[in-house]
Amino acid sequence: MRDIALVAFAQTDHRRTSDEHSEVEMLMPVLHQVLDRTGLKTADIGFTCSGSSDYLAGRAFSFTLALDGVGAWPPISESHVEMDGAWALYEAWTKLLTGDADTALVYAYGKSSPGSVRDVLTRQLDPYYVAPLWPDSVALAALQAQALIDAGHTDEPALAGVAARSRRDAADNSHAQLRGSIPHGDYLVRPLRTGDCPPIGDGAAAVILAAGDRARELCERPAWIRGTDHRIEAHGLGVRDLTDSPSTRLAAEKAGAFERPVDTAELHAPFTSQEVVLRKALRLDDSVRVNPSGGALAANPIMAAGLIRIGEAAARIHRGESDRALAHATSGPCLQQNLVAVLEGDPR
Amino acid sequence: MPEVLKAPLTVEFPFTRSLGPVQSAFLTGLRERVVLGVRTTDGRTLVPPVEYDPVTAEEIRDLVEVAPTGTVTTWAWNHAPRRGQPLDTPFAWALVRLDGADTALLHALDAPGPDAVHTGMRVRVRWAEERTGAITDIACFEPYDGSSAEPAGHTGEFEDTVTGIVAPARLDYTYSPGRAQSAYINALSERRNVGERCPSCRKVYVPPRGACPRCGVATLEQVEVGPGGTVTTFCIVNIKAKNLDIEVPYVYAHIALDGADLALHGRIGGIPYDQVRMGLRVEPVWTEGARFPDHYRPTGEADADYDTYRELL
Repeated sequence: MRDIALVAFAQTDHRRTSDEHSEVEMLMPVLHQVLDRTGLKTADIGFTCSGSSDYLAGRAFSFTLALDGVGAWPPISESHVEMDGAWALYEAWTKLLTGDADTALVYAYGKSSPGSVRDVLTRQLDPYYVAPLWPDSVALAALQAQALIDAGHTDEPALAGVAARSRRDAADNSHAQLRGSIPHGDYLVRPLRTGDCPPIGDGAAAVILAAGDRARELCERPAWIRGTDHRIEAHGLGVRDLTDSPSTRLAAEKAGAFERPVDTAELHAPFTSQEVVLRKALRLDDSVRVNPSGGALAANPIMAAGLIRIGEAAARIHRGESDRALAHATSGPCLQQNLVAVLEGDPR
Repeated sequence: MPEVLKAPLTVEFPFTRSLGPVQSAFLTGLRERVVLGVRTTDGRTLVPPVEYDPVTAEEIRDLVEVAPTGTVTTWAWNHAPRRGQPLDTPFAWALVRLDGADTALLHALDAPGPDAVHTGMRVRVRWAEERTGAITDIACFEPYDGSSAEPAGHTGEFEDTVTGIVAPARLDYTYSPGRAQSAYINALSERRNVGERCPSCRKVYVPPRGACPRCGVATLEQVEVGPGGTVTTFCIVNIKAKNLDIEVPYVYAHIALDGADLALHGRIGGIPYDQVRMGLRVEPVWTEGARFPDHYRPTGEADADYDTYRELL
C-alpha cells in the first residue's frame, strides 16, 4: 500500500452565527489557508472531496455553490458526500490508494444557524417508525445517557467532569466556540444538561492529503494515515445496546488502532455521555490524552466536526506533540456510524 | 456595509412512502390495536419489526403478536415538548420492550414528572382515538401496574391493509443570502444591477456569489452593470406554471447585461415570442413597488454582433 499522509489542516473560528457570510464566503478563507500551508494551487490538487448537508441551512445543492470557493477551472476531479467531511476524507484516502491521484483536498462545512439543529436532525431518522415522532437529537442522546447511568458506567457528576475538562482544554484553542469555565446549566432533556451538549454553530475545515514523497515535500512532519475504517450499526435504536459501540471498536480494530498504544485521541463525542461510550469501546485509559482541542463539546459545526477531529490529531503530529494518534468521527443518532483513523509521525 | 438581509423560509413537504409487507402488517395492526413483531431465524422477536435481520441481513417475514404492555429499558425526561412530538405536555421519551419482544420501541411516556419514571417500570400502550395505520396510532405509553396482557395470537393477516404513509415534514429557517447577494438584492431595490469583479481574472459576475468560480477567490469590488443587455440564448415556454400569471407561450432567456461576464435569467416581453432571437438588445422593465425587474423588453437598438457575446453563452 502507498503511504498517505495528512499534510495540512485549517479551520474557521466556530461561531453561533455567521449570517453575514454565505456558505462559500465562510469556506473560502479556510481553503486558501490550507493551500497556502503547502504552497499548492487548486490546479496542483489531484482530487477534491467535500462533506456537507443541505438540511442545515435549508439551501438546496449548496455543495455545488460552495465549489465556487475551490476555483474549478480548468476542470477538476471532484466528489461530495452528504456526510461529515471525515467520510469525504475516507473517499479521498481510497482515491489516493488507487494511485489515481497523489494529492487531495478535503473540506467540510456546516452552517447550522439558519435552522433548528435539534429538529433538522430528526429528518435523518427512520421515516416510518421514528421520524413521525420528531425525537430531537438531544432527546436521543439523553436516552443513551440514562442507559449508561443505569448500567453504572457513569453518573451526572462524572458527565459534568467531561464537560469541564473539554472546555478547560478548549481555552488554548482559539477556534473553539465555548471555552473555559462554563456552568453545567439546567436540564435540556434529563439527564443531559446544557453543559453536556455541544454548542450549535457555523464553521468549516479543510485538510490536504498527499502520498509518499509528495507528502514529505509538502510537510516537515507528515501525519501518516496508518489505517482508517468506518462501520455502521442497525438503525433501530431499540435493537442496539446503547451503552456500547461495537461499530467503533470494529472500525478501530480494522484501522489498526489496537496494534500499538496511541498517545492522543480526538473523539467526536458531541455529548459528554458519548465520550464514556467511546473511551470504553476504544479501550482508552488515562495515559491517553483525550480531546486536547476541547472536542465537539467546544465546537461542533455539524458535517465538519468529525473532519476537525482528524485535522486536530494530525496537527499535533505536525507540531511534534504526538507520535501516534487516533481520530474518531461519528454520524447519526447515538453514535450510529463511526469512523476511526490512526495517524503516526516519523520517529524522532 | 448595509445590513445583511434575512427572511423566514419554510421548507415543507408531505413525503408519501410505500410500505413493505412487514411494515404494512405492523402499521395495519396498530390501526386495529394489535402490536406485531417479526421473528428472526435465531428466535428473537423484533418490535418494531423490520424486513431484514439486523445481524444476518436475512429476509424475515414471520409475524408474531406481542403484548401492548411492556418494560421501560431507558428513558429521558422532556420538560419542553417541541412541535410535532407526541404530547404537548412534559413527558418522558422511552424505549419500551413490549412483553414477548426482544427489542425496544421508541415512543413517548405520559407521566406526571421525572420522579414517576424509572428504568424497569411497567407501562402499556395508550391507543390514539383516531387510528390510520401509523406509528402515531400509539398515542403514547402510560404507567401500568397490572399483569402482562396476553396477546391473542394474531397472524398478521388483515383485510384492507395499509400500504403507505404520508409523513409531513416541515423545517423552519431564517434564511440569509450573505454579504454579496444582500448587496445585489439591496441594489435591485434601487433599480440598479450590481455585480462583483474577480481581482484575478477580472470577470464581472451578476448576480455575485462572493466568489469567482474559476479562480476560487473572493470578489469584493462592486461594479454597476446594465441596464441594457443582450439575449445570448433563450427558450420558449409552453406549459403554464401553477400560480403564475403569465400567458404561454413566453420566452425565457439568458441576458448578458452590458459590462457583465455572466448571463443572468429573465423573461422577455414586449415582443411576440417567435420574434425573440440571439443578439436581441433588451432592457429591464420595473413595475411599481417591485424589488426586481418584472421582465426585459427590446430597446429597439440593432442586434448585437455575435462576437460580442459568444464567450457568454
